Amino acid sequence: MTNEARTPWVRLAKRDAMDPRKAWAIRLGSILIALLLGMIPVFITGNNPIAAYGTIIKGALGRPIYIKQTVKIAIPLLGCALAIAPCFKMRFWNIGAEGQITAGAIAASYFALYWYQKVPSTLLLLIMFVSAAVAGGIWGLIPAFFKAKWNTNETLFTLMMNYIIIGIVAWLQGGPWEGRKGSQIIPMFDQSARLPEVFGVHIGWIIVLVMVVLMHIYMNFTKHGYEIAVIGDSENTARYAGMNVGRIMMRTMFLSGAISGIVGFIVVSGANHTLYRGVANGVGFTSITVAWLSQLNSFAMIVISMILAILTKGASKLQTELKVPMSISSIVTGILLFCMLSSEFFINYQLIFRQKKSEEVCR
Amino acid sequence: MSSLIALLVASVTFGTVLMYGTLGEILTEKSGNLNLGVEGIMYMGGAFGLAGAFTYEKAVGVAASNGFVAIVIAVVTAFAAGAIASLIYGFITITLRANQNVTGLALTIFGTGVGQFTGEFMRVREGGYVALSNHLKGAFTFQIFPSFLRDIPVIGRILFSHNAFFYIAIALAVAMHFFFQKTKTGMYLRSVGESPSTADAAGINITKYKYLATIIGGGISAIGGMVYITTTAGCVWNHEGLSGVGWLAVALVIFCMWRPLNAIWGSILFGALMIMYLRVRVAFIPTEIYKILPYIVTVVVLVFSSMRNNKEKQPPASLGVNYFREER
Repeated sequence: MTNEARTPWVRLAKRDAMDPRKAWAIRLGSILIALLLGMIPVFITGNNPIAAYGTIIKGALGRPIYIKQTVKIAIPLLGCALAIAPCFKMRFWNIGAEGQITAGAIAASYFALYWYQKVPSTLLLLIMFVSAAVAGGIWGLIPAFFKAKWNTNETLFTLMMNYIIIGIVAWLQGGPWEGRKGSQIIPMFDQSARLPEVFGVHIGWIIVLVMVVLMHIYMNFTKHGYEIAVIGDSENTARYAGMNVGRIMMRTMFLSGAISGIVGFIVVSGANHTLYRGVANGVGFTSITVAWLSQLNSFAMIVISMILAILTKGASKLQTELKVPMSISSIVTGILLFCMLSSEFFINYQLIFRQKKSEEVCR
Repeated sequence: MSSLIALLVASVTFGTVLMYGTLGEILTEKSGNLNLGVEGIMYMGGAFGLAGAFTYEKAVGVAASNGFVAIVIAVVTAFAAGAIASLIYGFITITLRANQNVTGLALTIFGTGVGQFTGEFMRVREGGYVALSNHLKGAFTFQIFPSFLRDIPVIGRILFSHNAFFYIAIALAVAMHFFFQKTKTGMYLRSVGESPSTADAAGINITKYKYLATIIGGGISAIGGMVYITTTAGCVWNHEGLSGVGWLAVALVIFCMWRPLNAIWGSILFGALMIMYLRVRVAFIPTEIYKILPYIVTVVVLVFSSMRNNKEKQPPASLGVNYFREER
């Protein structure tokens, strides 16, 4: 048996670090492929895919009012992606952002509903901001505590916490916080509990942009950020280096939950002006896509959250105009993630094909 | 007494849905693949299973449709949908070695999207309402045992009054138990999940085992979604009711300690928790709080199962870790 017959036709090897520009080119290519694949369901419904993307763009950016609405969708996505980034960097699979947003929203709503006559507007908003952060943080801290102490599965724990807190909102809606009896609706906030607007969009966009910069600094230039990165690479290395992994985990999750809680405050105070069970509206999940597609890079998240917001806003237009179900946006989001995950393979590994024997002799 | 039996029967109906989801995920996880996409898989199974039966009924006409054929078609389409979804997951994690957690989440987002899209699209195309005829609805909930068995007091209703899917699920659980414990292939599969490098050195084709377990497991989970739509939801697309079921199935796998036989009673127990707010009224607990009971119990279960330190009750050792032969 010759040596050639034993070598497999193709094999894999780990690649050394790839030129970052080339890596981003591959990622961009994978996003384009994903958008192409996303056309398939549109095609199945009997519509022209190119026209459909046209409708999406028009529906999301066609008029100033549309742009404002799209930005309003992007704000919580971006904020929440910032919250998820440190957890995922640490390989702590927090899929409970949905619940942490809701927890923050509940806390903010409490003060908005019952304190608006007691304190001036600015102070009220500040109290809402802080209480939302604390509530979201605590809701994130609970699973982290059990993970740190007994290595409890955090994916399922954080997820179950979503259902629990959303159930609590449903109870508040029909129970203690209900406005008119039997309406199942919590009353609208007083004007003093609403976020002011800048350029026609509530100032939530300024808050999240500030957080983008802060998060970038936190992750790249602080000791905390470094510890998170080490744990993400190898928990054992972190332990040998003397880091208290459990404590770092809890600290990071509190921070993450707090940011999600702030997002909850922004949503109730800036966009909805009330609280209802769907307050998080899937943002916690979509923002996972944002965080991962941008490779946990804070600035890339601004672009990606806008792309997904355009997709979401445009999809509702698609439903009303072309009768393509709105869930097309989830399908495209899923495909985007699939393609992004696949592209990492071509960045991290190289395929080595079997060479002809004669060539090897020549060498 | 009779209300207790009614509760039990209803728990079994819902528990059957969970049982398929759990059994499928157990098979997948035994190969070392943690597929968090069960939620999406079950959505797809539900939507495509209903679409399959609906298309069949439309094609042959209500009068000529046969209940048994409709069930077979629904099972096959649901299984195929789940298998294809898991194939995507398998390709990205096994061949392309991407992170299993994120890929599973992506599959959940994708699958719930595809399921909803299919359900909605059918609704729009059929002008507002997609439902099977009563004739086929009856076939899906048909009680397979003869009436003299069902009429036995107490035992009759508890043991013999369920639809065929429940008994098939029990048979599946028992078959899986024997497969893991007594057959060579089953033990090979377990070895792949425990220590892929050892299995690889012993000449077991890791890739083949992982792919097959993931695809078949996904198909089984998807049948659960179909069973939900055709029994509990009354053959109408209902995404609200299906939401969270797939995740409960993933949690149940931990609760059952990766053992198919435990899945039988575990699923029925969680089935009971899911429907209790409808059947057993407790005066001082508001309904909305009552509804979150299964999730609270899940959290408690997760915490307690992580606290016990028993060698026998651990997940497959390589769960969630991709195998790369060249990496030692």
